[in-house]
Amino acid sequence: MQPPLQLTESGRLKHFLTISGLSKALLTEILDTADSLIEVGERQIKKVPLLRGKTVVNLFFEASTRTRSTFELAAKRLSADVLNININTSATSKGESLSDMLRNLEAMASDMFVVRHAQSGAAHFIAESVTPGVAIVNAGDGWHAHPTQAMLDMLTIRQNKGQFEGLKVAIIGDILHSRVARSQIRALNTLGVEEVRVIAPNTLLPTQVESLGVTVFNDLEQGLDDIDVIIMLRLQKERMHGALLPSEQEYFELYGLTQEKLKCAKPDAIVMHPGPINRGVEIESEVADGPQSVILDQVTNGIAIRMAVMSMAMSGQTETKNLLAENAS
Amino acid sequence: MKIEITHGSLLTPQGDWKLFDRIQINDGIISSIFHEGETPDTRFTADVQLDAKGCYVLPGLIDLNVSLREPGYSVKGSIASETAAAAAGGVTTLCCTPESDPINDSEAVTKLINDLSHKSSKCQVLPLGALTHGLKGEQLSEYASLKQAGCIALSNAYHPIKNLAITKRCFEYAKTHNLSVFINPIEASLHEGVMHDNHVSTTIGLQGISSLAETIAVSQLIQLADISGAHLHLSQLSAADSVLQVKTAKERGIKVTADVAIHHLLYTDEQVENFNSVFHCMPPIRSESDRLALLEGLRSGIIDTITSAHQPHEAAAKQMPFAETEPGMSSIELLLPMAIELNDHHKLPFDRFIAAMTTQSANILNVKKPEITEGNAANLCIFDPSKVWSLKAEDLLSKGKNSPLIGQQLKGKVKITIYEGTIAFSENDTK
Repeated sequence: MQPPLQLTESGRLKHFLTISGLSKALLTEILDTADSLIEVGERQIKKVPLLRGKTVVNLFFEASTRTRSTFELAAKRLSADVLNININTSATSKGESLSDMLRNLEAMASDMFVVRHAQSGAAHFIAESVTPGVAIVNAGDGWHAHPTQAMLDMLTIRQNKGQFEGLKVAIIGDILHSRVARSQIRALNTLGVEEVRVIAPNTLLPTQVESLGVTVFNDLEQGLDDIDVIIMLRLQKERMHGALLPSEQEYFELYGLTQEKLKCAKPDAIVMHPGPINRGVEIESEVADGPQSVILDQVTNGIAIRMAVMSMAMSGQTETKNLLAENAS
Repeated sequence: MKIEITHGSLLTPQGDWKLFDRIQINDGIISSIFHEGETPDTRFTADVQLDAKGCYVLPGLIDLNVSLREPGYSVKGSIASETAAAAAGGVTTLCCTPESDPINDSEAVTKLINDLSHKSSKCQVLPLGALTHGLKGEQLSEYASLKQAGCIALSNAYHPIKNLAITKRCFEYAKTHNLSVFINPIEASLHEGVMHDNHVSTTIGLQGISSLAETIAVSQLIQLADISGAHLHLSQLSAADSVLQVKTAKERGIKVTADVAIHHLLYTDEQVENFNSVFHCMPPIRSESDRLALLEGLRSGIIDTITSAHQPHEAAAKQMPFAETEPGMSSIELLLPMAIELNDHHKLPFDRFIAAMTTQSANILNVKKPEITEGNAANLCIFDPSKVWSLKAEDLLSKGKNSPLIGQQLKGKVKITIYEGTIAFSENDTK
């Protein structure tokens, strides 16, 4: 059997495509590495030489400001050279195929692609087609996965709660279209929380959602009962047009997180949101900016997590390359 | 040409295996068959002598659903390449879908296909005419002239029909001209997606197509067939509930037949878990319970036949993120090894497979059954059922190398295919 696409023969990361298939030990290693890198951001000179001499290409087929910026900062803090390519305005719109475009970028001796794409599986496809030695980090693909977002959320939870055992976590909102939710659910279950709940109307839940390892609630107040961690998801405006929801007002009334509803959770529950926030659609400003909110911690942790996975994937690629060279000689 | 085949077992019209001493073919016709123990006519001087020891001699298969890609899609295949592939698969008659470019909705295109397939002469090609003009699902095409030009039946390929009123008129007009209607049942409004809607699509975040998109259409089509009296042939059933509906319809005496694409008998949506685009098919490959229901439907005869649903693609068509790849598999050449796999591991007897793809397919088309009997046209293949070999991409004569079997060990190999008394395929030529 083939080893998993994102792991080396010795089970270390060489790409970071999805949480699926990663062990608790490996996820914990990512969190520990990120923890040790947080300190870099607090230094006068915010740099470590882990990726010195390496070229990182941010390949964004979908618009993004925050994710792309934190990846860029993370790469620069690791001393890499960074190239940002926004494909909306670039080659594929001129008819160049994705494969041809990758060949060209590889020819520029790139060492890592950070990829965001609107299609599920795009990062897998790219990891399968690049030459060995080039690492792929998934910055979000379709509805499939957003593993760095999930890991920065795990880091935030660990910082605030100390551990995962015994925690009850609720994810609220558009699960159907959410790559963030899929990665979070996988990470939470791997790290051993007690329960993951999803809270949404049935129109925003995928078929057989329970198979992901969650319990389903249609009612927000019931779902929040005894919860330690609340994760709000962003509601895309265009969902109103597809007959998935009647109106923003009714959604906010039923699923918007208000101070009143927050009282249903444990008193020390934390509130998270992957951003950007739609104030007054999925969350009330008083909650987003309130004492239980850790939304800004998430952003800070995002840089550390991205530094961690980029350096780990790069060293996994080096390990693979050395092994290939050894076998050749 | 005179061909003599010696020492094998042949499938009799009664469905029994019988050892033979020799089969003699003269001028396109099976002139004599001498079973084991009978004294052969030794005056027969063959131009070609074929040894079938340890092999089956099977009637040529009839495949009701093949994309030949010509005219219009030369990068994917041509009538020459894909009929050669058909011959390599033991197929001696095939129906080509109307999805060429231009679409086969006119006499001229039908005639072009006929001319090109006569030139290739690897197997008999029976074109399916477009059910609606341009396959747009809006306006009836000219059924009378399509029939006149040689279309065997009508098909909407994998295109939805705009509304039920149009479908009803298609049935009525087809009945007028005594043409069968091949329909891929699709309810377009439920058909957005790229794979089966189930826990796998939920896990990997690909948009799923619910079985409902098929079963609702099956129910509507059966009612329309009943009212109009036209022969409805349902192409590529993929969902368990469709099989139940066909069973009920047949019990009620409605003129309905059905086929299943071979990949729906062998694979499930679990294969898509790693975004492997070779398993991107339409209708989507569904769950294990659907697969088992389709197999049971075939065993019991509710589903009449199997097709390859052959869809050759160039490599680039499959080299993209899953949802952007083109659906379909290249499988016409591998029907018989797949049949052995079904026999050995999925409890579908090989005889049942052959009966489906010969007698049953002939019944659906209302053409002569391909039987190995004296006086019949020599359309047959010599198949070694126990040969184990491993498939390389370059072994396939089809331009499309989009098969999940590449790199796999297969059991069973076609050695020779004879079409109208001439050798259309020989494994020795391809080495």
